Amino acid sequence: MIAATPTLAETALAYGLKAEEYDLIVQRLNREPNPLELGVFSVMWSEHCSYKSSRRHLAKFPTSGPRVIQGPGENAGVVDIGDGQAVVFKMESHNHPSFIEPYQGAATGVGGIMRDVFTMGARPIALLNALRFGDPEHPRTRRLVAGVVAGIGGYGNCVGVPTLGGETNFHRGYDGNILVNAMCVGLADADKIFYSAAPAAGLPVVYFGSRTGRDGIHGATMASAEFDADSDEKRPTVQVGDPFAEKLLIEATLELMASGAVAAIQDMGAAGLTSSSVEMAGKGSVGIELDLDLVPQREADMSAYEMMLSESQERMLAILKPGREAEGRRIFDKWGLDAATIGRTTDTGRIVLRHHGEVVCDLPLAPLTEDAPNYDRPWTAPLPQAYIDPSSILPPSDWESVILKLISCPDMASKRWIWEQYDRHVMADTLEDPATGADAGIVRVHGSRKALALTSDCTPRYVSADPYEGGKQAVAEAWRNLTAVGADPIAITDNLNFGNPERSEIMGQIVRAIDGMAEACRALDFPVVSGNVSLYNETNGSAIPPTPTVGAVGLLADYGRRADFASLRDGDTLVLIGETRGALGASLYLRECLGREDGAPPPVDLAVERRNGDFVRDRIRSGGVATVHDLSDGGLIMAAADMALASGVGLTLDVPQEDITSLLLGEDQARYLIGTNDPESLVSKARAAGVPARRIGHAAGGSLSVPQMFSIPLERLRRSHEAWMPTYMEMAAV
Amino acid sequence: MKAAVVVFPGSNCDRDCKVAIERSTGADVTMVWHGETVLPAGLDLIVLPGGFSYGDYLRCGAMAALSPVMSEVRAAAIRGVAVAGICNGFQILCEAGLLPGALLRNAGLKYVCKPVKLEVTNLQTRFTAAFGSRREATMTVGNGEGNYFADDATLDRLEGEGRIVFRYRDNPNGSARSIAGIVNDKGNVLGMMPHPDRAFEGELGSSDGALLFQSVMASA
Repeated sequence: MIAATPTLAETALAYGLKAEEYDLIVQRLNREPNPLELGVFSVMWSEHCSYKSSRRHLAKFPTSGPRVIQGPGENAGVVDIGDGQAVVFKMESHNHPSFIEPYQGAATGVGGIMRDVFTMGARPIALLNALRFGDPEHPRTRRLVAGVVAGIGGYGNCVGVPTLGGETNFHRGYDGNILVNAMCVGLADADKIFYSAAPAAGLPVVYFGSRTGRDGIHGATMASAEFDADSDEKRPTVQVGDPFAEKLLIEATLELMASGAVAAIQDMGAAGLTSSSVEMAGKGSVGIELDLDLVPQREADMSAYEMMLSESQERMLAILKPGREAEGRRIFDKWGLDAATIGRTTDTGRIVLRHHGEVVCDLPLAPLTEDAPNYDRPWTAPLPQAYIDPSSILPPSDWESVILKLISCPDMASKRWIWEQYDRHVMADTLEDPATGADAGIVRVHGSRKALALTSDCTPRYVSADPYEGGKQAVAEAWRNLTAVGADPIAITDNLNFGNPERSEIMGQIVRAIDGMAEACRALDFPVVSGNVSLYNETNGSAIPPTPTVGAVGLLADYGRRADFASLRDGDTLVLIGETRGALGASLYLRECLGREDGAPPPVDLAVERRNGDFVRDRIRSGGVATVHDLSDGGLIMAAADMALASGVGLTLDVPQEDITSLLLGEDQARYLIGTNDPESLVSKARAAGVPARRIGHAAGGSLSVPQMFSIPLERLRRSHEAWMPTYMEMAAV
Repeated sequence: MKAAVVVFPGSNCDRDCKVAIERSTGADVTMVWHGETVLPAGLDLIVLPGGFSYGDYLRCGAMAALSPVMSEVRAAAIRGVAVAGICNGFQILCEAGLLPGALLRNAGLKYVCKPVKLEVTNLQTRFTAAFGSRREATMTVGNGEGNYFADDATLDRLEGEGRIVFRYRDNPNGSARSIAGIVNDKGNVLGMMPHPDRAFEGELGSSDGALLFQSVMASA
């Protein structure tokens, strides 16, 4: 049988475009595109590049503020941290590739996000990662965990940027679609930020870095589609990373920038040469002409289509100032990088590609960029899960087994197995990392008394239960974690992971989660400066739990005034800040011990959040307290256990019998546990500030206990906490 | 004191070493690109820093050992200049034949980053004199191939000649005889896997690494 050659319209479908989108292309061009042009359209109009389903909703985020130098729309956000310095950061997903090929998928996710940051002129100084895996019992999970962690470490360690934090969850909702969200934070001079918009026509377009190969072709399209039974066949669309090349690229790029030769610069990430050239010319309202014969190529006889759609890693595109090409050449030679002038900017508003002397693509830029589809997809408001009256939840009959179960459950168990594979100390400025016991990673701003506090947060079970409240909570928890170390929360990056937006109930999750996040950002003066949207996280029609991850940055003016939860001393009094009503809906206790995932998540009162947090931060800043832990998953008892284990001292909680379940296991928001040797002063200052505060126990001995209820030796607690992950990972594959 | 830090393509602790030496000793530190064929005059210390020179491709340190600057480093070592290879620098010194043995893949087959307690086994070297009578130090390791290996005869000789300078109290990577750092037979070339360059002030968790650089300064 001879298969009929597919028509262009059929090819468009295979490239992930809809029939009506193909019609729109023909209408915009007034002609049929050729196959290469169709490829260019398909990646530029992919969800990944165009944000076509989310654009109008993302506009709800507050994106400006007194510190914001650059909000969303560039490679990364830029925020002023005083003294002429700026922090540059972004979080991005590499979900689809990591599921198919975990090591390379995760590694190139780290590489890609680092390029977004140094492309802006910043030296990367910290990495974080937020990982969501499937049920530990799922046959694929262990291999995915091992591969993703090795890939993140293999890339970040080699480049020499410390990994300072993150989060790891396990839930069967991610069985078919894991999430790998990587965040990079960089430091730059505030007056030396580099942008991607081409400033003028007639300038040389210089390609440098690794050569272009056939890897990753149509990666952006894959990242914008659901998985099905044949997903393993997509392995060739996953890119392969070379962290050594990335390290050279960072040094060469920063040196090139320092030389003053750069007019505009953009890394080649998703959709490679296509999106970098289209975006640079489009943002600058100029045109661009490239001669593809000049592109450094890894393989012989690459077609124009392959070159334009390749997602080979570690490549940059720069527009240099006139007459500066020799300077560039000297730097590229020093670092041993391939480089070539492959074209020029023009004044035509078009992208024109030549190959073997022929024009192979000639498209207007506008339909590829600002006139790309922008959908108002239909959505149905999610029905929030119903409130659970805490009095309807009976107290556990065996507290000890409940506590040991919670502290060793996959979400709460120590992730030492993971973070000991990440270099956390390179650059010699790390003050807090997962090993030290603090609510945020902290890195010094090199050579100063300033430091940056970093966290990533989302509680997917809350967002599943109520996307609006869950969205608020993700932002509030990030703000709280930064506050708990004494930092000023200054801005966030968001990484929105959802299912298929063409389903109205999924679109409803997206819309309402964004509504909640936007409200929290406004109330907490916590602008969004960068972000990434990952949709179509579905397999065979089953979507992931909605997971809008928040990556957040805080500023410490003097890192000598900060708090952790590893400094509790024998004899200290424990003070609980914030009000407890007993939010047990969607709690960790319900899920892990009662097998229930119902109930409304804890509501976030943003005014209370701010009041309580500002009070705590102020106490840390004034030197009044230095031992602080926020309350989150598992409520007071888990926070107390963390504090006891990190500090190596036991603690006794004094809680009344009648509301012990609410008090120990409720996940009410805006709460902090503080250890202090001067509780009178703390409680009276709290009262004066209108902040609820109560003495809740004291540090003593070597056990975690509530008199007459339970007393668990710390060593027993520590064994449970530490054992789960290594035991799980080292179990022989069946 | 005058010190130089060699920068190979893929070095990533070069700045850390420079800052650590400056803060510990006040010395002048020059960064030397691996392609140089001349070292600054009058050096008291040459540091080969950690990182992933040439991406650790082929074998850790194998390609860097052949960098143009290495013949100058070798000549300086023969003249008696103190040379310290830290982490990847240790691997490079072994590959260059300036130290015996080799660094293999960690016994756990994974990269491991953690603080380690070290026994300072020889307090009489150019790199440890400032430890005084302190026999214990804390630093961090961060490596995938820090598992020191040499044949028994070599290990016996190292031990017999007091050339094992640091040992792990709790071996993180399977190193033979818990070796964390050794010197050459003249005592002027040191290789170690733990990072003194990440332990030069208390806020980083330990300042024991500063003692190492101060020892070199005292002998300069």
